[in-house]
Amino acid sequence: MALLKISNLHAKVNDKEVIKGLNIEINYGEVHTVMGPNGAGKTTLANLIMGNPKYEITAGEILFDGKNIIGMPVNERAQLGIFQSFQYPEEIPGVTVRNFLKLAYDTIHPNEKMSIFDFGDMLIKMSDQLKIDRSFLDRYINVGFSGGERKKSEILQLNILKPKLAVLDETDSGLDIDALKVVAEGINNVIGPDIGILLITHYQRILDYVKPHFVHVFIDGKIVKTGGPEVAKELEIEGYESFVV
Amino acid sequence: MSKNMKTFEEVNYIVKSAPGFNKKLIEEISLSKREPDWMKELRLKSLEFFLKRPNPNFGVDISKLDINEIIPYLKPNAKKSASWDEVPEEIKDTFEKLGIPEAEKKVLAGVGAQYDSEVVYQNIKRQLSKLGVIFLDMETAVREYPEIVKKYFMHAVPPNDHKFAALHGAVWSGGSFVYVPENVEVPMPLQAYFMMASPGMGQFEHTLIIVDRGAKLHFIEGCSAPKYSVSNLHSGMVEIYVEEGATMRYSTIQNWSKNTYNLNTKRAIVGKDATMVWVSGSIGSAKTMLYPASILKGKGARAEHMNITYAGSGQHLDTGSKVIHLAPYTSSKVDARSISSDGGWAFYRGLLKVSKLAHHVKSSIECSALMMDNRSASDTVPIIEVMNNEADIGHEARIGRIKEEQIYYLMSRGLSEDDAKALIVRGFMAPIVKQLPLEYAIEFNRLVSMNFKSNLG
Ligand SMILES: Nc1ncnc2c1ncn2[C@@H]1O[C@H](COP(=O)(O)OP(=O)(O)OP(=O)(O)O)[C@@H](O)[C@H]1O
Ligand SMILES: [Mg+2]
Repeated sequence: MALLKISNLHAKVNDKEVIKGLNIEINYGEVHTVMGPNGAGKTTLANLIMGNPKYEITAGEILFDGKNIIGMPVNERAQLGIFQSFQYPEEIPGVTVRNFLKLAYDTIHPNEKMSIFDFGDMLIKMSDQLKIDRSFLDRYINVGFSGGERKKSEILQLNILKPKLAVLDETDSGLDIDALKVVAEGINNVIGPDIGILLITHYQRILDYVKPHFVHVFIDGKIVKTGGPEVAKELEIEGYESFVV
Repeated sequence: MSKNMKTFEEVNYIVKSAPGFNKKLIEEISLSKREPDWMKELRLKSLEFFLKRPNPNFGVDISKLDINEIIPYLKPNAKKSASWDEVPEEIKDTFEKLGIPEAEKKVLAGVGAQYDSEVVYQNIKRQLSKLGVIFLDMETAVREYPEIVKKYFMHAVPPNDHKFAALHGAVWSGGSFVYVPENVEVPMPLQAYFMMASPGMGQFEHTLIIVDRGAKLHFIEGCSAPKYSVSNLHSGMVEIYVEEGATMRYSTIQNWSKNTYNLNTKRAIVGKDATMVWVSGSIGSAKTMLYPASILKGKGARAEHMNITYAGSGQHLDTGSKVIHLAPYTSSKVDARSISSDGGWAFYRGLLKVSKLAHHVKSSIECSALMMDNRSASDTVPIIEVMNNEADIGHEARIGRIKEEQIYYLMSRGLSEDDAKALIVRGFMAPIVKQLPLEYAIEFNRLVSMNFKSNLG
């Protein structure tokens, strides 16, 4: 059974139709890349999978592990194992990354009942592994973080929370070459048989580090072409215009 | 502002038809407390002011406040406590959730005997007396230390300061008295709680604190558990004198039951190179007016005001701070934050004055308000009067609604909507709440979480 199966999805935001008949299927163990021009609806897709109430689904189906999740609250989807990494992660003043992640971890993995100390150890190990400065853990969520630091923090969260489906929205944008490697490593670190990944990106360069099984071209609210990594190369050379039907 | 206009008519509601509220009652109170004449005179003078003065022309609506309702509780030998059955369910529920021990619950609810804090207190008392610190309930202090008390009592806030100061002067009862001698650093925070003389008291308590030259004290008022009283008016007063080079920190958590009018006056007079710090958290009462004041009288005096106010359903909390710079090189810092939720109304009212003679003053004022929904309201009215050109004044005000994107972000990591809101609010309050003593900070956070039906511990 597919991990995620979206069929004929139509959705609106502020009365404007943004997703116009989208289909995609992701299985455990697979890495999918979605590439498309600005405003095509990629972030909207990520929000629809996570359940952002701002977006209204007018037709279609989203099945997660075979179960229709349309209408399910955001936190319940997170508890099922869906994770969205944000293009523009929010600031939460006064709340440390450490405290927040402990709360998140406990709701997503209620049976593990990890002590604060063990959890702290896990955070430190993971930060070191991903070459993310430990001081991040005790800073307020995204407050005063640079663009690149925000993305690294999202990747740290991905690694700690261990979702089944990770929707990564331009996690590679705005990164210098070192940060890009950190992010790529963080993604490769979670890739495995228990997770499916949807990587939204504008750039071919992340694909030098993360190997997708599928590349989808996303234009004007739907996927117009699906293929292997070669599609990304094609795009790089020819741009999106050749895909507009 | 417009909502606040209705209190601008100066009608003397509170005493209309209060035949029992007279000289005779006040004399009775004074006699029952075996007070010296000067105190009786102060009470009677206060009564005169009270009867004459109009209600404040700003702040909360007190037109429904009826003095008749409190008279029975003022009389000596009056039944001051409710029975456990009369205590509202909501409060009992909160006690449960906070895990307050049985005996303590009853004191907080204003029923039953005093919680036995004697044992703890005896120990502290011994330590304090070695240091020469005087810590007594206010009534005993009037009798045992008349010369000190007379010199300071209602000098920082004179009875004719405003109507409720006058009421307080006439009927005050209970409270704490602290004197810290020169250069003595009190090693542990003193808690007003130790001085709770009997159930049902604490409606008009007077706290008088003198921190002598170079001394240091932290005083804690109130507790985070809700306090219930059958009488619905609380009009306490706090007067603090921080002498040269001394440091005083005053922490409060206010959680009166939701039927209470909480009209309080707190004022500190701060001497040369002395420091006054106010940390206040207000979450209870139906209506509150509270503006702790620091009068920076000596050169180099400093004041810091940190205030967090949470106004929930049915509450109108009008809080703020007053800082008066009378001397050169004085400095002040105000950080006031409020949250309004479920139709609550949080009003920040601040006054900063810099007198002509006060040159090289530094002051920074920051007030921020967080509204949880569109039924709730927030206002900020900071008044700044600067009479000296050599002053460095910073001011910032922010009012905003909680951001949906923040809630969504936290929910996308598994937190329920209630927990997400509670966590955002907690973060917003954190810089102030962190300044409270640890156990109070934890309980304050928990109280706020409870308002969001959140289980965050
Ligand atoms: N909350 C919103 N309110 C109004 N319009 C929106 C909202 N979210 C998305 N849109 C509109 O929907 C369209 C798709 O936006 P979306 O953010 O999904 O694009 P994208 O493919 O992620 O673009 P980019 O590559 O620039 O990130 C755009 O025209 C955008 O303006
Ligand atoms: Mg986008």
